[in-house]
Amino acid sequence: MTFNMLIAILAAAISTGTPILFVALGEIIAEKSGVQNLGLEGMMLVGAVTGFIVGASSLNLFMAILAAALGGGVLALLHSYVTITLKANQVVSGLALTIFGTGLSGYLGKPYVGMPAPVKFDSVAIPFLSEIPVVGPVFFNHNVLVYFSYALVFLLWFFVYRTNFGLNLRATGENPGAADSLGVNVFALRYVYTIFGGMLAGVGGAYLSLASAPSWVENMSGGRGWIAIALVIFAIWNPARAIFGAYLFGGVEALGYRLQAIGVTASPFILNMMPYLLTIGVLILVTISSRTKHIGEPESLGIPYDREER
Amino acid sequence: MDVKKERKTKIVFEKRLQVPTWINLVVPIVSVFFALVFSGIFLKLTGQSPLTVYLAMYRSAFGSAYGFSETLVKAIPLMLTSFGVAIAFKMVIWNIGAEGQLLLGALASTGIALAFPDLPRILLIMMMIAAAMIAGGLWALIPGFAKAQWNVNEVITSLMLNYVAINVVDYFVYGPWKDTAGFGFPQTATFSQNAWLPTWGTTRIHFGLIIALVISILLYIVLNRTRWGYEVKVIGESRNVARYSGMSIKKNILLVMLLSGALAGMGGMLEVSGVVHKLDPHLSIGLGYSAIIVAWLSRLNPFVIVIVSMLFGGLINGGFSIQMFGIPAATATMLQGAILFFVLGGDIFARYRIKMIK
Amino acid sequence: MSQLAVRMVDIRKTFPGVVANDQVNLEIYRGEIHALLGENGAGKSTLMNILTGLYQQDKGEVFINDELRNFKSPKDAIEAGIGMVHQNFRLVKPFTVTENVMLGQKKSAFLKLDEAGERINAISSKFGLKVHPKAKIWQLSVGEQQRVEIIKMLYKGTDILILDEPTAVLTPQEVNDLFEILRGMADDGKAIVFITHKMHEVIDFADRITVLRGGLSIKTLLKKETDASELGKLMVGKEFLSGRKNTINTCGDRSLSIKKVSALNDKGLPALSEFSLDICKGEIVGIAGVAGNGQRELSEVITGLRPVTSGNIQLDGTELTKKSIREIIDFGVAFIPEDRHGMGLASNLTVIDNAILKEYRSSQYGSRLLDLKKLREKAQCLVDDFDVKIPNVDCPVKLMSGGNLQKLLLARETSIEPKLVVAVYPIRGLDIGATDFVHNVLIEQKNAGAAVLLISEDLDEIYKMADRIAVMYEGKLMGILSTEDADIGEVGMMMAGARKKEDA
Repeated sequence: MTFNMLIAILAAAISTGTPILFVALGEIIAEKSGVQNLGLEGMMLVGAVTGFIVGASSLNLFMAILAAALGGGVLALLHSYVTITLKANQVVSGLALTIFGTGLSGYLGKPYVGMPAPVKFDSVAIPFLSEIPVVGPVFFNHNVLVYFSYALVFLLWFFVYRTNFGLNLRATGENPGAADSLGVNVFALRYVYTIFGGMLAGVGGAYLSLASAPSWVENMSGGRGWIAIALVIFAIWNPARAIFGAYLFGGVEALGYRLQAIGVTASPFILNMMPYLLTIGVLILVTISSRTKHIGEPESLGIPYDREER
Repeated sequence: MDVKKERKTKIVFEKRLQVPTWINLVVPIVSVFFALVFSGIFLKLTGQSPLTVYLAMYRSAFGSAYGFSETLVKAIPLMLTSFGVAIAFKMVIWNIGAEGQLLLGALASTGIALAFPDLPRILLIMMMIAAAMIAGGLWALIPGFAKAQWNVNEVITSLMLNYVAINVVDYFVYGPWKDTAGFGFPQTATFSQNAWLPTWGTTRIHFGLIIALVISILLYIVLNRTRWGYEVKVIGESRNVARYSGMSIKKNILLVMLLSGALAGMGGMLEVSGVVHKLDPHLSIGLGYSAIIVAWLSRLNPFVIVIVSMLFGGLINGGFSIQMFGIPAATATMLQGAILFFVLGGDIFARYRIKMIK
Repeated sequence: MSQLAVRMVDIRKTFPGVVANDQVNLEIYRGEIHALLGENGAGKSTLMNILTGLYQQDKGEVFINDELRNFKSPKDAIEAGIGMVHQNFRLVKPFTVTENVMLGQKKSAFLKLDEAGERINAISSKFGLKVHPKAKIWQLSVGEQQRVEIIKMLYKGTDILILDEPTAVLTPQEVNDLFEILRGMADDGKAIVFITHKMHEVIDFADRITVLRGGLSIKTLLKKETDASELGKLMVGKEFLSGRKNTINTCGDRSLSIKKVSALNDKGLPALSEFSLDICKGEIVGIAGVAGNGQRELSEVITGLRPVTSGNIQLDGTELTKKSIREIIDFGVAFIPEDRHGMGLASNLTVIDNAILKEYRSSQYGSRLLDLKKLREKAQCLVDDFDVKIPNVDCPVKLMSGGNLQKLLLARETSIEPKLVVAVYPIRGLDIGATDFVHNVLIEQKNAGAAVLLISEDLDEIYKMADRIAVMYEGKLMGILSTEDADIGEVGMMMAGARKKEDA
């Protein structure tokens, strides 16, 4: 393998990993507040399709991303209402959201199947930075969404661990009773952060339809929403750690394409399985290693908060 | 500071002490109705007439003898996957992998059908069923083992395996098992007639329906009348209570996943042996996901699953037929998701009494 | 008496199926320590949850500093200067002391931990509440956690402080320290309310006392003008019997023998270290100690729910540590666990399902299929024998009161004629009638020849019931005393970690 190829794979790992990174970051924030949303796959798809449609009709990428975030956010609002206000089972609601989002995106996207995206995110090399050897081509020759994700990782990490809002957010997921007794509005926070998570999932979806493969294909997320959930566990609910996991998964996926391109004889179906098998493997390893420590997972994750029941 | 007494009307959720029986019937029906209305809004917004779409779906699913027979055909594998999902959910094990388990079952039975085309019919079909159940069961045992041994989140592992299973099937139908006389289509050769389940009259309804009905009765007995069913119930209710009573949680997770996967695997066998008579990549149409909705809507009761599967078979069937009007089949998927949402939300009426307080 | 801080007038609050408070009146002044006395279920906690804005009353008014304030949320109450230390601490375990204290504040967007740490130090030195601001909550002892809760309230500017059963988790010495701190705060002009059902605390530490019974406020009295027997009568509504229950010596041969047992807790830290104890047939041994000193783990190693890391346990000469939970149950060990709802009974399952938890495997309930009729008979039989009040055996047990739950649990556990009964906090949360019932059942078991291990946080209960008292501290046995010559002061010292004086 040549040096240039290695650089290309590393760069591809980042661009392939970024959509999963967006989704995982959103889910980390939602789960920190105590709400698990297994509907990521559905929200990604709806984000992908709304981003594509609005992009195609407005020819404005900013509007497209906004629409994608809105699409994901609206679905997350449904999940919030059902699980926070109506206190329904979060696992089942997430599954419902995935099925609904898959159907809705397929329905909305039907007329656009096979149409290349009229607008898309192209790579923009950052002056000077992109000229640094190795680092430049790997990190600073991407589209704007990738740069946005770099900033987002830092901002979210800072928000969670260095601000009062972050303190309230973490407390809401750990011990909502404690937070509530100190005047933190548990219900409002859970709504806000779950919807925020949905919006990022929508952006992650739009990355697929406007940057990775600028087109709309039914079910184009191909399980990335679920991989993102595994990534949250891998990152032990820390936004800063999510970036490594996302690029690892991105790298494996990118490697698959590259190997096919240079004519490695492995069956494409076996290469296609790799990210899923990797997810299972990583999940098992992470679970075993953190089993005794119980680190990271918010104590009240998945448990509806009911003030008069304790 | 406002000192005046201020009380607005507010809505209060008051916990129900006991759930009246009528609630359990009315809530799902009303929920389904609202799901139709909700999805109708999307249809309307995109220029369709919801009423026309629903009517078209209804007509093609239940409006004619042929339509109904096709609905039943779709319902058969759905019943099996739903049984599988229900038994896992009963123990609060989230087996989301019925889709993959169904595919593996279909794959294994196809292997048998292709390898022994000349065996006597009964023997061959029995062997196919056995192979499908073993394959589906073992496939489900992967997440089951990880859950039992290390408490690995089974939602993700079982779901990831669906994608792996699709690729495994693709590998065989595009590769070693590809029919050389198939005009290049990715599919196996058609099975010998010995591997076909008998059908009823001129319809495509096959013997699998009888098998499904028998299983529903057996499953009901297992869940409600046996010691193992009792253990499943207690474990599902509380792991701590089960441990306190000396039940083995690990062993039961493995057993439940094995059975759950075996049932879904059998569903795959019934589909290839009863309907398609070969293996192709279109076998996976989301039955494993629909099963989740059917199981939840049926409150995990095997008899109710039989009926709800028929309704959902109609929904899937109707979803295909509305494509003729240029409406995507995804509409049916959207409806399914909406139904699950509303049923889930509707449960609040079963758990709480809602009051207005002045 | 000085200024009126709180006035609650004619409060009513109902929950589905229960009236928790009705026509309750309460007045609290600044500078006083006010006790809210009543049995479990008298409505004390509900009343305080209304005062702190967690619940909204159905009827009645709340005045703070003579101003009408009906709180809609805890936030309103915090702003009015009301703070409550709950029985189950509202602390975020992975957070530090400072982070817990800062939770919910709105002054700045960024976390200024050092600044807050200094303020915490100032508060803790003013009132003698020693705790390190950077320590994580899960590393602190229960007493220290309680101090964090108090600091948290003071940090928010609380001047009306409510404490719910603050002494339940403390040693006698720690109780004295706590009230010394509280007295200092009252002298500083704050109003202090504590909820309790323990008479001697009221007599020792309160200035005024309001007695609640059955959701009603019965009377408010000055401590100087009353005594224990009057308070007891008001609290229970009748002459209340104290005195020893365990009157006959039935001790026989050695039954349970625990030898140098060590075990870990859920976090993987040592919970029991070389713990040894013998119990004879027909004997009740009471385990005294502050909750969280290994009692739960002790009960779990005996019943097989928790593995031992070393040592052995024998019952009637048979080794238990190698047996499975199921084998131990079948060998005749009854277990009344701490969590009635989470462990002993499954709350959403019916009375029948719960009644057969330990016996469903027995062949008398059908060979292959379960004989539903026999199961129903069995459940009905338990319910009738122990006078469990339920509409029918098909209703889920979550509808039952604490007392009835405990009766059902006892009925099931004792129906197997156990060799050993392990009872953990069996009267927690029960009213006097139910407590009496539980005690009678344990005495019956003793008289029938069973060995009984009674783990309790209530010294009164232990003195009433035990033949011998074993004191536990940090997973170790501090000493065993015969109840007749157990001096309460000595037991208290041992609970705080002092070893029994060796009578060499």
